[in-house]
Amino acid sequence: RPTIDQELLESLPNLKVIGNSGVGVDHLDLKMISNFGVKVTNTPHAVADPTADIGMALMLASARRLVEGCQTAVSPDTKYFPVDWLGVEVTRATLGIIGMGSIGYRVAQRARAFDMRILYHNRNRRRKEEEEAVGAHYCEKMEDLLQQSDFVMLVVNLTSETHKLIGKKELGLMKPTATLVNISRGAVVDQDALVEALQNKVIRAAALDVTYPEPLPRDHPLLKLNNIIITPHIGTATVQATRMMAEEAIANMLAVLNGQPIPSEV
Amino acid sequence: MWYHKPVINEELLQSLPNLKIVASSGVGIDHLDLNLLSSYGVKASNTPFVVSTDTADLGMALMLASSRRLVEGYQMAVSRDTEYFPADWLGTEVSGATLGIVGMGTIGYKVAERAKGFEMKILYHNRNRRNKEEESAVGATYCKKIDDLLQQSDFVLLSVNLTPQTHKLIGKRELELMKPTATLINISRGLVVDQDALVEALQNKVIKAAALDVTYPEPLPRDHPLLKLKNVIITPHIGSATKKTRRLMMENMTESIQAGLTGLPIPNEV
Repeated sequence: RPTIDQELLESLPNLKVIGNSGVGVDHLDLKMISNFGVKVTNTPHAVADPTADIGMALMLASARRLVEGCQTAVSPDTKYFPVDWLGVEVTRATLGIIGMGSIGYRVAQRARAFDMRILYHNRNRRRKEEEEAVGAHYCEKMEDLLQQSDFVMLVVNLTSETHKLIGKKELGLMKPTATLVNISRGAVVDQDALVEALQNKVIRAAALDVTYPEPLPRDHPLLKLNNIIITPHIGTATVQATRMMAEEAIANMLAVLNGQPIPSEV
Repeated sequence: MWYHKPVINEELLQSLPNLKIVASSGVGIDHLDLNLLSSYGVKASNTPFVVSTDTADLGMALMLASSRRLVEGYQMAVSRDTEYFPADWLGTEVSGATLGIVGMGTIGYKVAERAKGFEMKILYHNRNRRNKEEESAVGATYCKKIDDLLQQSDFVLLSVNLTPQTHKLIGKRELELMKPTATLINISRGLVVDQDALVEALQNKVIKAAALDVTYPEPLPRDHPLLKLKNVIITPHIGSATKKTRRLMMENMTESIQAGLTGLPIPNEV
């Protein structure tokens, strides 16, 4: 807010630049803004580490049933801790990263430290040194990644190509023991297909920092499932990242106003 | 199946004259009176190494969940009352922060390996210093005095075993040495921490938060102050609770029991 629409831009004839906080610009009509001669910048550097961290946090919390566990630990009805209560392993499991940009690569660096087997799918293949540094194997076909992964993590930006990238077919290709983790945008996943897949145990679980819309309507089926964790789009919600995003946005905007090279123009 | 039942005491051992071995699942043996067992000629075994990676993974899970306020965030995301997500709701970063590991045994070292992936600065305190190669492999700096570790860490993680020396290792004094912005993570045993001192420290914001997989007792009484604090996450002792690891633990225990019954050298004897 405010929504950047025709009306707003007409009322701001001197507007030179829109400095977006965060890296995603799917909420901006870039064509329309360009027609008004206004530049758009984002903050790719500030978001990378905290978003990769949240991806790892969601994967670990889902695998080890952390939220459920907390509820058991504090519930007034708990008399003893059940011994046959189990999660699934993260160490040495297979992580499939869809979208190996700056954030996806940092996820790979973190996952490697857990001895995970890393597969990735991306528009372009990374260089050999980059792959070897994190032990990542390229899957030219996304289907290969989906079939082999214990955890599938979505780290693409939202474009017309990635809209509903993960639908019924893709969920059906995943292992029934697999977990879907989404730290990209809600619309990358066909949410109705996801609800069905989770209800029918086509996949084991999902962990989502992003949905469409945000927040979901309070009667949405995703909120009723017990094999899902949802967080309120907190990928960059840290004190440090907030400061860095503000600094990065300001540096970008000053560059535009001063006619200097723009660090992160979209 | 229950944890720690039946209790291995004099009465039980007297009623089981043919008992050869007690095989304990997990690595901790603080619940066993080894002198008592020995006096009855009963051997004991544990399952030390198989629990290491899962426990280290849970330590990382707790650190990430606490710093990013994951449980609170989840509650907000699903709450009936939520109309919009507030923009000024923030956690703190794990990447690049300082992690102090108290107890650098097998589990502690695996935590260090994982934390390195997040470019954390790693300090550690241990009875014995690790060798140079082990330290540089994870970028860990030795703190001979625990005070130095406590004063510099953003996250303090306890991965010692429970012995008379580590009982109430973290008390009022240690909590006050920690930064007011620091988080205490416990994946060792509840008794390593002075729980009353911890409650006070959390209530008075002497430290920022705690994340505990272990308490004393387990579970805590339902009216315990720790259950009421907003800045605590507690999990029900699930450090080794995964399918694969539990199977491996059972296999280890079976091997130990078979060796114990046939008088052969016992794997993982304690």
